[in-house]
Amino acid sequence: MSALVVVGVGALGGLGAIARFLLDEAIGRRAGRAFPYGILAVNLSGALALGFVAGVALHGDAYRLVAGGLLGAYTTFSTWVFDSHRLGEEGRPWLGALNVVASLLLGLAAVWLGRHAGAAL
Amino acid sequence: MARARVDGRELAAIFAGGFVGAIARLALADAWPPRAAHWPWATFVVNIAGGLALGCFAAALHDRTPVPSYRLRFLGTGFCGALTTFSTMQLELLRMLDAGDGALAAGYALVSIAGGIAAVAIGTAAVRRVRARTATA
Repeated sequence: MSALVVVGVGALGGLGAIARFLLDEAIGRRAGRAFPYGILAVNLSGALALGFVAGVALHGDAYRLVAGGLLGAYTTFSTWVFDSHRLGEEGRPWLGALNVVASLLLGLAAVWLGRHAGAAL
Repeated sequence: MARARVDGRELAAIFAGGFVGAIARLALADAWPPRAAHWPWATFVVNIAGGLALGCFAAALHDRTPVPSYRLRFLGTGFCGALTTFSTMQLELLRMLDAGDGALAAGYALVSIAGGIAAVAIGTAAVRRVRARTATA
């Protein structure tokens, strides 16, 4: 990676993390915090966008910046498994399991859909 | 006390953590490039490591405070959030299914998720145990 691409990945990664936080907060304020709807929405929208980027066959540094920097940092695995674990710990293991299964299956559907849309352009 | 709806310092902490986390993830992906029909080690390792780290950070910094600190925003929301990735994992799974490798896809999904939750549990338990020991010492 050239120095410029490294800085670009970092900057887009920082912006992706901020976008994740703001969307999660906005959804959490409206939908409540009993279930992690916010991170679910972040991860599904990010999977849709990554599918699209792969579908339009973006490559090289452009792919690295958008897919690796922005979307990689916008979506998150750690908060997804963390919330699932804490739901179980708080006595709601079925909600934790639902969070795991719904994210996984809908995430696959989102990335597939995004790729179809991108390839159709 | 309620914090302002947009707190510049909070956003700066998240940006800084995301900056470092995204570069760390890409550096590892470059060092360990993915190969078709193979286990995506780079993504797998950052996801498990990020789950472990988030379990530790949250237990250490958030277990007894109602509002996450700037430090947790930097380390958890920013760094762990950006170090780990959901979207890349889903695209890798889709490509395994494209290639007709359902067993690899099922194994990768299952081991990532079970491993990630186990990593959160281990990080959380380790920090709580250390804290309990120091509190009674």
